[in-house]
Amino acid sequence: MAVPPFDEMRGYGDTIRSPYRSISNWLDTQKIEDLRSKGIEAETVFRRIGITFNVYGEKDAAERLIPFDIIPRVIDAAEWRRLSAGIEQRVRALNAFMHDIYHRQEILKAGLIPPELIIQNSAFIPEMIGVDPPRGIYAHIIGVDLVRTGEDDFYVLEDNTRTPSGVSYMLENRETMMHTFPELFEQNNVAPVEDYTDSLLQTLASVAPSGLDREPTIALMTPGVYNSAYFEHSFLADEMGIELVEGQDLIVLDGEVHMKTTRGLKRVDVLYRRIDDDYLDPLVFRADSMLGIPGIFDVYRAGRVSIVNAPGTGIADDKAIYSYIPDIIEFYTGRPAILKNVPTFNCRKPEDLAYVIENMAELVVKEVHGSGGYGMLVGPSSTQEEVEQFRLKVKARPDNYIAQPTLALSTCPTLCNTGFGARHVDLRPFVLVGDRVRMTPGGLTRVALKEGSLVVNSSQGGGTKDTWVLEE
Amino acid sequence: MLGRTAHDLYWLSRYIERAENMARLMDVGYRIGLIPRSAGRHQEWHSTLKSTGCAKGYYEKHEKLDARAVVNYLLVDQDNPSSVRSCLAAARNNGRAQRTAITSDMWESLNQTYLEFSRLNPAGIRLSELPDILLWVKQRSALFRGTLLNTLLRRDGFYFSQLGTFIERADNTARIIDVKYYLLLPQNEIVGGGIDNYQWSAILRSVSAHRSYKWTYQESYKPWRIAEYIILNPEMPRSLRFCSNEISEALESLAHDYGGRHACHRVAEDLKRPLAATTITPIFQTGLHEFLVEFLGRNNQLGSEIAEAYHFVS
Repeated sequence: MAVPPFDEMRGYGDTIRSPYRSISNWLDTQKIEDLRSKGIEAETVFRRIGITFNVYGEKDAAERLIPFDIIPRVIDAAEWRRLSAGIEQRVRALNAFMHDIYHRQEILKAGLIPPELIIQNSAFIPEMIGVDPPRGIYAHIIGVDLVRTGEDDFYVLEDNTRTPSGVSYMLENRETMMHTFPELFEQNNVAPVEDYTDSLLQTLASVAPSGLDREPTIALMTPGVYNSAYFEHSFLADEMGIELVEGQDLIVLDGEVHMKTTRGLKRVDVLYRRIDDDYLDPLVFRADSMLGIPGIFDVYRAGRVSIVNAPGTGIADDKAIYSYIPDIIEFYTGRPAILKNVPTFNCRKPEDLAYVIENMAELVVKEVHGSGGYGMLVGPSSTQEEVEQFRLKVKARPDNYIAQPTLALSTCPTLCNTGFGARHVDLRPFVLVGDRVRMTPGGLTRVALKEGSLVVNSSQGGGTKDTWVLEE
Repeated sequence: MLGRTAHDLYWLSRYIERAENMARLMDVGYRIGLIPRSAGRHQEWHSTLKSTGCAKGYYEKHEKLDARAVVNYLLVDQDNPSSVRSCLAAARNNGRAQRTAITSDMWESLNQTYLEFSRLNPAGIRLSELPDILLWVKQRSALFRGTLLNTLLRRDGFYFSQLGTFIERADNTARIIDVKYYLLLPQNEIVGGGIDNYQWSAILRSVSAHRSYKWTYQESYKPWRIAEYIILNPEMPRSLRFCSNEISEALESLAHDYGGRHACHRVAEDLKRPLAATTITPIFQTGLHEFLVEFLGRNNQLGSEIAEAYHFVS
């Protein structure tokens, strides 16, 4: 790329940006070897307490650490105010959108979205039509993926409205930083993140079924220890003091969901599930699911259990819907979107397809239903042969792909083999929607550790950083 | 508490106890192998296989009794579900599945133990290194028990862990005695003597009681005294009586907390009753072997009744 990307610490030049002044001074006083050994120390802690993740398809490396970079990513108060206003607007609009398409479908009648894009979309769940979740909320827990390309240019890459993960890394990264560099927290007013799990519990309790005359029983459902995010599931359940259940622990009886305890059955009112819609109820979705709970969907429809996030929220972060999000926001909030979308080519449109085929080497091409950095092409960093192969795939199934210009993601100083290097980063703030919208300042910063790489996913060699929002 | 959680905690403690017992028995096998002219020198590894319940599995894989092969099978063989490695891996898996039910101190000790043991190269273990490895296993088990006793809340999760530990320990102690019961019969006092001394001390060593025996009785080994000590002594932490007392206590606490008794409570009393005798004589009269077979059967039944009563889901 001709123009160097925007750097979080230095902008486009050599002047240190104000949020980074203190970090920059601190870095100047540190020896690389000391920082490196602190980094190793931090990783030892992560491994000892078992913060690992599983990489699908890698048998031997069953448990790997996500590399942790000790140089924080810093956001100042004004930047965060703008981002959080934009995110709140977005999650309210997305929930209004889901309520609409599962009820009156005004947005389709208004002609803003081609109806077949919704109706024929596999992420649209017809069984959800007419279902009224408590408070009308579908996506309670959302992770919004943001990238930055300039001082004032933030883009939303994806709204993760299904079961976003990574929040445990946000919390553990902060713990580790405070443990490793306490002096930094004395010198800087860093907004705390540790109340996230309290907020999560309040959010879950606020969407309990109506008519309970006691405190709701809340449980977190995991697919099990072999899931890549199992650590996070157990971490969150532990922090909230709620049971961590699997499908085999739950049973539907007399129109209620119960968990099998040592004292017999106990009714569950709110289920924070970390398994996909497909596996939730073998009677309604995938019949071969061994993970799910037969009959839970009927209980849900009758309002006797709350499922968080609701089934069918995938429609709001479907890549085919993505390019319509600015219109969706304006339709439901009456105001233009505060946060921008990345311009997107839908390969299902012939004119877009022609452009994508022609310019593939400059574009990022993604599968409509892919996630986690699997099944995507970053044109500029791929070989001619890889581009050629992807071109064939797209031609074969244009519906299955979207493409976006390759964004010059901002960089952040990162400890690497040669000292400090500028590495590309993104940002995933976590938002909770219940009786009100709750947001933890910052979020998870992911960093592409390979020089020049734009792929930050942990499954593709990305790392994480502590993320600071400075208070005024 | 989830039935699955209770199941996993119970088995977590059983696996750790099993790994420790395996280490103790291997230590005895190794030690006897070092003693010249010891009657059981070559047969000791066979006894070890029998006491650990691993004889069948071993002879399916190996034709001959061979010290290295036995050590390998008992220590690191993943085909052997009771090998130290299998036990440590299973314990850690259970702990991982129940991160929310155990303390972080317990988890860290489990995880660290597993990670360190995994670094052991199975092909490169020399017999001379065995004592150090076994000592390490015992220490790691002690560390886990220590964190459990010092950090876990005294409620159902703790009681299920206690049940796992003491049912496994009782099973182990009873099997150690049963494999060598003929050495402990009173008539052996006359035929025994020098060579059997090693065997008797080996039995005591395998339950860490060779010193405490002397403190308790202030006399040289007598086979029937050894049997009495390991079966009936209420102070010795690996005796059958001690184990059955701990089992009863844990079950009583559950009955108190949950406000109800089950069939398992009755079985636990049945297990304890014959151990209330003050001398070993009546047990010898009915037959030591028969007594142990009945004890093992009842202990096993107790495990199933507990699983039934508290809705274990595996």
